[in-house]
Amino acid sequence: MRLTQGAFSFLPDLTDEQIARQVQYCIDKGWAVNIEFTDDPHPRNTYWEMWGMPMFDVKDAAGVMFELNECRKAYGGRNYIRVSAFDSTHTWESLRLSFLTDRPADEPGFALERQEVDGRTIRYTTRSYAAMRPEGARY
Amino acid sequence: MNAIEKVPTEAKRDRYSAGVMEYRKMGYWQPDYEPKDTDVIAVFRITPQDGVDPIEASAAVAGESSTATWTVVWTDRLTACDKYRAKCYRVDPVPNSPESWFAYIAYDLDLFEPGSIANLSASIIGNVFGFKPLKALRLEDMRLPVAYIKTFDGPATGIVVERERLDKFGRPLLGATVKPKLGLSGRNYGRVVYEALKGGLDFTKDDENINSQPFMHWRDRFLYCMEAVNRAQAASGEVKGTYLNITAGTMEDMYERAEFAKQLGSSIVMIDLIIGYTAIQSMAKWCRRNDMILHLHRAGHSTYTRQKAHGVSFRVITKWMRLAGVDHIHAGTVVGKLEGDPHTTKGYYDLCREDFVPQNLAHGIFFDQPWASTRKLMPVASGGIHAGQMHQLIDLLGEDVVLQFGGGTIGHPMGIQAGATANRVALEAMIFARNEGRDIVNEGPEILKAAARHCLPLRQALDVWKDVTFNYTSTDTPDFVPQVTAAE
Repeated sequence: MRLTQGAFSFLPDLTDEQIARQVQYCIDKGWAVNIEFTDDPHPRNTYWEMWGMPMFDVKDAAGVMFELNECRKAYGGRNYIRVSAFDSTHTWESLRLSFLTDRPADEPGFALERQEVDGRTIRYTTRSYAAMRPEGARY
Repeated sequence: MNAIEKVPTEAKRDRYSAGVMEYRKMGYWQPDYEPKDTDVIAVFRITPQDGVDPIEASAAVAGESSTATWTVVWTDRLTACDKYRAKCYRVDPVPNSPESWFAYIAYDLDLFEPGSIANLSASIIGNVFGFKPLKALRLEDMRLPVAYIKTFDGPATGIVVERERLDKFGRPLLGATVKPKLGLSGRNYGRVVYEALKGGLDFTKDDENINSQPFMHWRDRFLYCMEAVNRAQAASGEVKGTYLNITAGTMEDMYERAEFAKQLGSSIVMIDLIIGYTAIQSMAKWCRRNDMILHLHRAGHSTYTRQKAHGVSFRVITKWMRLAGVDHIHAGTVVGKLEGDPHTTKGYYDLCREDFVPQNLAHGIFFDQPWASTRKLMPVASGGIHAGQMHQLIDLLGEDVVLQFGGGTIGHPMGIQAGATANRVALEAMIFARNEGRDIVNEGPEILKAAARHCLPLRQALDVWKDVTFNYTSTDTPDFVPQVTAAE
């Protein structure tokens, strides 16, 4: 399967030049760009591991691309990596853009578990095949 | 001549002598009045009967929407009646419309029950619309004071938190209304939901008149839809949802349906505007208590919003609904099949999404409107739109919007999944290009063509719907051309 979280997952995988242009767009808007990675891509896993703090003071996409490459060296191939942009404007104060830059070579996807309960009601659980193995040994 | 002008009035008669008196002389016309920051202000488009003085007609509207009745009553004198009288303070001719006037009327805050759209609307539109001296009357806009706004909860979830819950940022959300809207069994209906969500949509939606009919009872629909949502979620690794319409004949039935939707794990429920303001507020409070997003379909609004001479403008309904606490509201597409002048529609979108909306007569916004951090209401564009219009939609409507392609998903020649994929690819490609600094309005068709090179479903969609447009003249347009400023 192909995990389709993030704003651009239906496009062909992004090149570094394309990622840099999206990052520069965020910086030019005054948003702080953040890099995160995980090997537990459950749709409701909100808190991916942070690669450092959001880069509040980086004004050039090249700085973010440097950090992205450092993150890739440490975790690439075995993790999903995403780039997000935080807007601190009053009444927003949340993310403005988030997209995947890296994904593991093999994406086994998710099992849907059904528990039959009262009447015809079913309780659903989505479970990542990879996350059934211990952290760090999943991909 | 009309009733009002025939009324004999004695210039020097005492204000409280028994009998009939012109409204303008009873205190409902006060051209020197300066509205207080806490006043609710309404601007009406007034079309008096032939021969009726526009100021008297406007004063009558102020009177009949506040304390007055047709004759003087001594019991006024038991009250602080000067405070409670609505005051018409300004009457302007409507540009290019010799028969009608804009009447500005200020209402003291004490006239309204806190947190009740029912009370606000009963006052402002309760009686006056059938008033005989008027040919027609339209409530154009209202200035809601912060002091009043703060008595309402506002959207249960709001745009930002909805995005956080869905984990979707930086692009419009994509939806589709299940079609055909009537006749599918629950099992077949869920099939459409699954295909559309798996293909790439974020949401599917019940239509306004899908409730609990012989062909599909509501519980069946909910059960099959949630199977479809969960299957699509597991297939994509993305949060998905379907607006389960809980509209029903009684509040008890609606609560029962809402509880079942919650029990099944739905993230969103839906209601129709025709359930009424009080029912809407009740469901908004329920959604707040139960972490649920609340979608409002504006079913029925065109009966009173579309004609310029008479009714209530949709911008007023939008303001009331942001107060009432819904999270989604259908607000027009401009390019689709339903009514929507671009400037007027921009005005609605601003009222949904901004924290402060400045006066903009070219967009039909008569007043500065502060929202005092009331959460943002997600506008929904639905009705006759397709992937080939993606650049226009994003240019006109921005990115905080749900774009709903019903026919444009389900009618795809290669099936529903292909239709959904075509829309999602078109959307992502256009946002991507916009962020890169491309001029999407002019380069839109090329951007779509380039995206279609790696996406066969998009190529097919562009081919099938390339010439579909709905170019009809709008009936509800602003009265002020963009260059004109306020008629102060």
